[in-house]
Amino acid sequence: MELFIQQVINGLSLGGIYALIALGYTMVYGIIELINFAHGDVYTMGSFFSIAIIGLLDASGQLHGLPLLLVLAVTLAGAMILCGIVGVLLERLAYRRLRNAPRLAPLITAIGASFILENIMQLWRGPSPIPFPSVVPNVTWHFGGVNLSSNEVLVVVMALALMAMLQIFIYNTRLGKAMRATAQDRDAAQLMGININMTIALTFFIGSALAGVGGFVSGIYYGSTWFYNGFEAGLKAFTAAVLGGIGNVAGAMLGGFVIGMVESLTAGFISDQWATVAVFLLLVLVLIFRPSGLLGEVLPDKV
Amino acid sequence: MLNWKKYRPIDWALVAIAVFMPFLPLVDHNGGHINVLVNAGIYMMLAIGLNIVVGFAGLLDLGYAAFFAIGSYTYAMVASPQFGLHFSFWPMVLISAFVAALFGVILGAPTLRLRGDYLAIVTLGFGEIVPQTFLNLAKYTGGPNGISAIDQPKLFGYHFGLNPLPYYYLVLVLIAFSLIVANNLRTSRLGRAWMAIREDEIAAAHMGINTTTAKLAAFSLGASFSGLSGVVNASLLTLVSPDQFKFNVSITVLSMLVLGGMGSLPGVVVGSALLSILNFFILPQASNLAATVGLHIDFTSYRFMLYGIILVAVMLFKPEGLWGSEQRKAELKESGDIAKAENAEYEEMPRETV
Amino acid sequence: MAFFALKNVTKTFGGLVAVKEVSYEIQPGQIAAMIGPNGAGKSTAFNLVTGLYVPTSGEIEFDEQTIGGKKPDFVCKLGIARTFQNIRLFAFMTAVENVMAGRHVRMGAMLWDSLLHTPKQRAEERRVREKALELLRFVKLERHADDYAHNLPYGFQRRLEIARALASDPKLLLLDEPAAGMNPREKEDLMGLIRAIRDRGTTVFLIEHDMGLVMNISERIAVLDHGEKIAEGTPVEIRANPRVIEAYLGKSA
Ligand SMILES: Nc1ncnc2c1ncn2[C@@H]1O[C@H](COP(=O)(O)OP(=O)(O)OP(=O)(O)O)[C@@H](O)[C@H]1O
Ligand SMILES: [Mg+2]
Repeated sequence: MELFIQQVINGLSLGGIYALIALGYTMVYGIIELINFAHGDVYTMGSFFSIAIIGLLDASGQLHGLPLLLVLAVTLAGAMILCGIVGVLLERLAYRRLRNAPRLAPLITAIGASFILENIMQLWRGPSPIPFPSVVPNVTWHFGGVNLSSNEVLVVVMALALMAMLQIFIYNTRLGKAMRATAQDRDAAQLMGININMTIALTFFIGSALAGVGGFVSGIYYGSTWFYNGFEAGLKAFTAAVLGGIGNVAGAMLGGFVIGMVESLTAGFISDQWATVAVFLLLVLVLIFRPSGLLGEVLPDKV
Repeated sequence: MLNWKKYRPIDWALVAIAVFMPFLPLVDHNGGHINVLVNAGIYMMLAIGLNIVVGFAGLLDLGYAAFFAIGSYTYAMVASPQFGLHFSFWPMVLISAFVAALFGVILGAPTLRLRGDYLAIVTLGFGEIVPQTFLNLAKYTGGPNGISAIDQPKLFGYHFGLNPLPYYYLVLVLIAFSLIVANNLRTSRLGRAWMAIREDEIAAAHMGINTTTAKLAAFSLGASFSGLSGVVNASLLTLVSPDQFKFNVSITVLSMLVLGGMGSLPGVVVGSALLSILNFFILPQASNLAATVGLHIDFTSYRFMLYGIILVAVMLFKPEGLWGSEQRKAELKESGDIAKAENAEYEEMPRETV
Repeated sequence: MAFFALKNVTKTFGGLVAVKEVSYEIQPGQIAAMIGPNGAGKSTAFNLVTGLYVPTSGEIEFDEQTIGGKKPDFVCKLGIARTFQNIRLFAFMTAVENVMAGRHVRMGAMLWDSLLHTPKQRAEERRVREKALELLRFVKLERHADDYAHNLPYGFQRRLEIARALASDPKLLLLDEPAAGMNPREKEDLMGLIRAIRDRGTTVFLIEHDMGLVMNISERIAVLDHGEKIAEGTPVEIRANPRVIEAYLGKSA
């Protein structure tokens, strides 16, 4: 029982990270029907940018002088903005020209872009794992045999808070409405005077910025990262997005937590080795049997 | 029908190189070179097989290395000290190809109804599961160490040893065979059905083409090529291990296709040859060269950067590849409407398209 | 069972009833038509016949079988071929390849034959090419056999689609607005072509907006409005039917 609760806690924090990544997949797919294969690497870049920013603050000898919250805020904001820019560049350079091409064409460029980003990170910081500075003190509470750390709480809280903010943004602001209109019917949105290119770029920016948050918290949570981190995490997050019903923000969140659970429970009760296999098996099964996801309606006939 | 005027000088150059290949070992006695060519040849076979799936039938298979793994392990398990079995190489070539095809059917049957991009991700998932499973089932597969001391082929009492030369000829023959078979497929009832599906799946179904069966045929035929290459690979290296079959392998083969031109057989040959030259000659040479001037960069560890650039640049600027047809170019560029129709479930079709 | 009949066929999309309780029987050897204003549900009816959509209720009979809900390839094999309102040729295949693809379902080459190009396979390919060229001659496109479909003018594409459909030797041919986009001369030729198709033994069922053409060649006409069949009869009867005049002719004439 204790093992179960422990694995649920682990699963929730893993899930929080997957959920943050899954939001970007779901938003982009919702608007241009593209599996942004490079998105997982944008997430890794989030970790890399965070490390670099903390390094800068530290190098100038100010880290210990500055209040912790300020350091975190600056790092997080920096990682979000930089990741957002990477996302916008991706869209502009690798995908926009192919918006009307057969679907597989931009998927292939997305795979290419993913490799390019990975190699850029490899060039930047080398092929080995890179430690993430432990700026946040990690407090662990013990409840019987179960441990709960402040980092785990941080991951889940961040994920939930950002999702709530995203929901509010999408449903209550003009830009959010433009995004939804574009996702529903691009031509009609254009006729209504919505700037399509801007809206799509904005979607990439927000999705990538959220992946940046994911990169930041996963750095804190795991304490290290490496250039290839995003491949598996990205695939798992994509599974989460599909599981939740692609295009559905709340679904992506739910999917993220489900995937995190499946992974950590498999690791806890079967074995570590099979955890990844279990997640990919879930990916295959979901795509085959429920491609519209848990929350996604089975696409109704258009009227 | 041959139309001689259609051929450009560069086409003739390609033919001349192909004709020269069997005589190359007479001129070049460097075993290292021959060895590299054998490796390149194995990749070429993989590319010819993947082209059936991606190029002919238009299905993006990102887990192609899984079938390569299945072919390799099938042979390794029955022709090594692992279980003390020593089946003969030649029938195993066919059997492993068949086993891989079978797995192609098993994976394809439930998934080929999916939309193209979802199919791509499912195959990618499958491509991750297979080597991981070989890794985990250590009792049968040797786990991370894999299976070693795999038997090498014998032909009329002649033992293929460490000398790469017999493999060179084996691979040449298999490539020629693969090209002929692939070209036969392309110009047949089945090939025409694939083309029709690629262009307009709904119209194809209305011609009486069972689109699921046709796709399944492409998928399992492609898998069988991969399985066949796997056997050759396993016996050449005398070792298989899970890390030989990672996503990287699938992407390398895909990059070959994209570079040369998806769907074009000369394109596949050229694309795979160019990338192999880059992989096995240019990048190591560049690293050596850099080392002589005191720079210690291992260019080979950045080859995937190059693949990434190839995938992006070719799809953006020359989607038909270096050696693709005009037809393919138009298909990949102008066909926004066809793109929308692609692989959609019938009931979901927006009415304007029907 | 009838040669071909729709029996109380209904199709709804969400809340929209596109086809409502429609019945229509066609005799072998007829040229039959379906007319009606835009959005009346005509193309939907065709899509139900060829298996693109599954009927919500009702039955479709063809050649001693019920075919409602069967897959398009099965329906084609039974002997129903069609053209599409928005031309759906294989744009980047040549005209002759398009027609050869249309023959797919009547060909016998198996995987083995395709792999090895057996003598049987070669002979069949030659026969099918011959047959395709003959069909191109039949629709007067023999000079364009090697042109890509998307390079052909609109009217030619329509005729190519007919040739492609005929390649499967259908017993029933469905034409969805075959005259759309044609000039008067082409329409004249088309009428001849449709009659010639019928004279070869293929029953024709067409949707058309051009009243002159429909009244001229059809032996039987059904009129759809808002998914419902409001009239059925000979051209003379249809012309005189007040409901039709109100629903359809009244608006367009
Ligand atoms: N796949 C679909 N999903 C939702 N609604 C559809 C679908 N197909 C058709 N409809 C609707 O059904 C109704 C009938 O359409 P249909 O295309 O059958 O009309 P039609 O009689 O062929 O018209 P036209 O003369 O313009 O071709 C229309 O209101 C249309 O919007
Ligand atoms: Mg219509």
